[in-house]
Amino acid sequence: MKILKRNIAAAALSMTLASTGGQVFAQDSNKPIVIPTHNWSSQVVMAYVIGGIFETMGNSVEYVPADTQAVYEAIRNGDVTISHEVWQSTFGASFYNAMAKGGIIDAGTHAAMTLEEMGVPQYVIDDNLCPGLPNWEALKNCPEVFATADSGGKGRWLEGPQSWHGDQMPERIAGLGLDDKYMVKFAGSADALWAELASAKKDGRGVITFNWTPNFTDAEGFVFIEFPEYFDGCRVGDGGDGACGSPKGWLKKAANYKFPKTHPAAYTAFSKISFTSTDIGQMAALVDVDKMSHQDAAKAWLAAHEDVWKPFTQ
Amino acid sequence: MNYIEKHPKLIQFIFLLVIFFTICFLVSPSETNILWRLPSLFAGVPLVINNFAEYLMYDWMLIEIYDPELEEYEDSALVKEITRSFSRSVLFCIEVIRDILLGGVKTIVAFTSWDFVKENQWAVWPALPWTLVASGVMLLGYALKGKGLALFAGFATVYIAVFGQWEPAMETLSFVLIAAPTSCLLGLLFGVLAYKNRTVEATLMPLLNIAQTMPHFSYLVPVMVFFGVGDHAGAIATIIFATPPMIRLTLLGLKGVAPEVVEAGMMNGCNNIQLMFKVLIPTARRDILIGINQVIMQCLAMAVIASFIGAKGLGFNLLLALNQLRIGQALELGICIVLIAVVLDKLSLAWANKQTDYFADLSFIQKHKYGFYFLALILFTIMCAYLGSIIFADGINYLYLIPHNRGITTELFWQSGVDWMVDNWYHGLQGFNTALIVKVLMPMKAAFLGMPVSATFVLMMGLGYIIGGTKSALTVGGFLLFIALTEWWDRALITAYMTTFGVIVSVIIGVTVGSLCAQTSFTSKAILLVCDTFQTFPSFIYLIPVIMLFGVTDTSVLIAVIVYSTIPATRYTVEGLRNVPQSLQDAGSMSGVNRMQRWLKIEMPLAFPHIMLGINQTVIFALFMVIIGAMIGTDDLGQYILKALSDKNGIGNGLMLGLCVAFIGLAVDHLIHTWADQRKLILGLK
Repeated sequence: MKILKRNIAAAALSMTLASTGGQVFAQDSNKPIVIPTHNWSSQVVMAYVIGGIFETMGNSVEYVPADTQAVYEAIRNGDVTISHEVWQSTFGASFYNAMAKGGIIDAGTHAAMTLEEMGVPQYVIDDNLCPGLPNWEALKNCPEVFATADSGGKGRWLEGPQSWHGDQMPERIAGLGLDDKYMVKFAGSADALWAELASAKKDGRGVITFNWTPNFTDAEGFVFIEFPEYFDGCRVGDGGDGACGSPKGWLKKAANYKFPKTHPAAYTAFSKISFTSTDIGQMAALVDVDKMSHQDAAKAWLAAHEDVWKPFTQ
Repeated sequence: MNYIEKHPKLIQFIFLLVIFFTICFLVSPSETNILWRLPSLFAGVPLVINNFAEYLMYDWMLIEIYDPELEEYEDSALVKEITRSFSRSVLFCIEVIRDILLGGVKTIVAFTSWDFVKENQWAVWPALPWTLVASGVMLLGYALKGKGLALFAGFATVYIAVFGQWEPAMETLSFVLIAAPTSCLLGLLFGVLAYKNRTVEATLMPLLNIAQTMPHFSYLVPVMVFFGVGDHAGAIATIIFATPPMIRLTLLGLKGVAPEVVEAGMMNGCNNIQLMFKVLIPTARRDILIGINQVIMQCLAMAVIASFIGAKGLGFNLLLALNQLRIGQALELGICIVLIAVVLDKLSLAWANKQTDYFADLSFIQKHKYGFYFLALILFTIMCAYLGSIIFADGINYLYLIPHNRGITTELFWQSGVDWMVDNWYHGLQGFNTALIVKVLMPMKAAFLGMPVSATFVLMMGLGYIIGGTKSALTVGGFLLFIALTEWWDRALITAYMTTFGVIVSVIIGVTVGSLCAQTSFTSKAILLVCDTFQTFPSFIYLIPVIMLFGVTDTSVLIAVIVYSTIPATRYTVEGLRNVPQSLQDAGSMSGVNRMQRWLKIEMPLAFPHIMLGINQTVIFALFMVIIGAMIGTDDLGQYILKALSDKNGIGNGLMLGLCVAFIGLAVDHLIHTWADQRKLILGLK
């Protein structure tokens, strides 16, 4: 058995060897670093920005499109090297699930604080559609502003897909005692949220959607509803009644466990990389507002902000 | 009395409905009542599947693998090493084609190393200029078919280049060029095996049934775990999706070969291999060609889905454009996908239909004239590209590669079209939307969810019994039992409600449009072309405008479902009506029928079995689209399938949910097929 295993090992080895060279140590491997691209602008631009930083350090990079949730499994298996935008409340679960299985490491946190919360577009406040917003108590008086065809007369909260935070929002509605006036509808994808926001804006009608910052919607104005402050143990899952808002969340970076060993220099830089909300907003705006292509946006950002990223590489 | 004797099945059916409603009234809804909902005995199965897959992938038969990067040995599971080396070889093939089309270093790296490429900056494979690919495809079209195809191929490639989608299009093409031929070969191989061996056929059939009805989202996670993320995973998922119709059609074609033909082959002294390749396959060509057409359509239909697991190209850019709500851009990308599909389809068809002229006595130059033309093209286009590099010295060389988003675009036009639609139609449609949801959809959903499980079984198994006897009743019951024992019965009922609504509307529209278009041969051809286009046109694109008009509601999902699933209903109606024998039409005309009578009394009854198969396809298409509708927002099986992408038990949940959807499809498929076969027998069509 042992011999058989050895033989197989040798065979498999020769296959693996076919695609890799020998030597390496101390300095970064010449094998490309695989960076995932997801389907929203800031992430894609940041992928090219980080790729660009690696390239200035003499590394080669490769980009691969991947699903936002499934990517952690891919990093764990080594098919993808890093992920540079791990949002606490949306991807935290997938990230920690993969970490529990082994193979993926936490490579530090961005300076940007994230907030993922229900909110309304700026015009809802400006036009005073629901007086008293963004304080959540105001919601009690105007469910009809947010009612839709299928909400049965109640106001509707348009939450992201259920895979993002499970039943947290229905629980919050119940905890706040809003359940006779509001209901939760789960959208199927981020696209659905944006389509609804765009359509509501044209019409000038009231809409409550899940959203996050930093995001491209920041440019047009989006106001998050102020719920009672989050504290540990307030969520239903943690034994509370769920009557609290979202905490300010982290934005982490993840990497495959071999990355520090194969590309020590690149890993050190990657772990130092820390973008602020402003940085991320600038990157997204280059694409969403200035309509540049993602690669061009990354080049433009790198050229304009050497002072920000140069220190990471030293 | 006479009427009852004439229609015994009708009486049975009315009796069945009476029992069904009685049960609905009698059984009270309570979770403990076994007549209301079955206990979810299968709730633990996803975890078992998951643990098994993980064991296989990470713990079974550990072997030591030397990692040259870390310079140390690591334990790795045998299965993982095998699947990963398979992935690498698929990826290698894709990258060779990609390097030829777009240039790059991957192929060189495969034979040397990253270090080598790094040290030798000259070692880069140059891309083919787009002008060469475009003119090459035109030449190919001309050589295979003639001017028409050459012009069309030229139009398609120039469109792609001019609209700045050259790079993503070539990326998509490079994985389609691997996936499509592999699917065709695998399909042909398994088709032949099934034809030769009954056991193979018997084991293959249920697998094919499941593969064709299972939504593609549900096997994305297993493919990703076993094969990794990237173009190879996309290609493998595409192959799984595209091979089944090829197997089926190959088998159908081979079975349809007349015994006289086979005997003629044997009399001429063919051995088995000659018999297969020189007699059987050429004779079965018609069906096999439909199979190839289906493979190509399916491959490009997967272009978007494949990008969920790492396929680069048009599909990924399309998702990106949709996320920014740039519908115009998404539309242009969608058109590129359709164009590639149609060009590949027409070229392969022309190639397969080309007859070899055995008696032509040609000189060497005449024989290879296209080869020489191609050589000339290579020289000419490379010169153009070189000239381009001088003309556009400090910008983009438009004669070599037009980079992404540097082409012209009609985005603004489409975008303002969509804006205009939302501005002007939104209010008008709200009345309709609210009425539909409040008056029809919500009561219908409540009715489906209010059905006790026992009543559902009685209804479906009773239908099975009336249509096909005890055997059908048991088959249908078996499919339902599986779903009822999972924890997703309620979700399945919601899927069933949306599918039912979608199918009813699609069939009404499809049969009406199909019947009208089947009246003349011109309109028939036109509508079939429309069907082809919509089948490959990525459905994701119209999800967004639909949401803008109807909000995140069931209406939006159902409209998307109806747009997609009207295709087969229309197609099969047209085909069925056009295939009614001319002699019967003439006989009708002689008896003095008018147009309406001919349609109602002659054409419809004869075409009905074929139309039923169309309805069967409509059900499958509707199920697929209801699942994709989860991207809009539903609370049915689809939402859980999407969720499985991030679940801890993702593999198990995804597969079990996929099976639930497949079994709904198969139950309906079984009933319709049995019934259509009986009708065909009665009408003497079989």
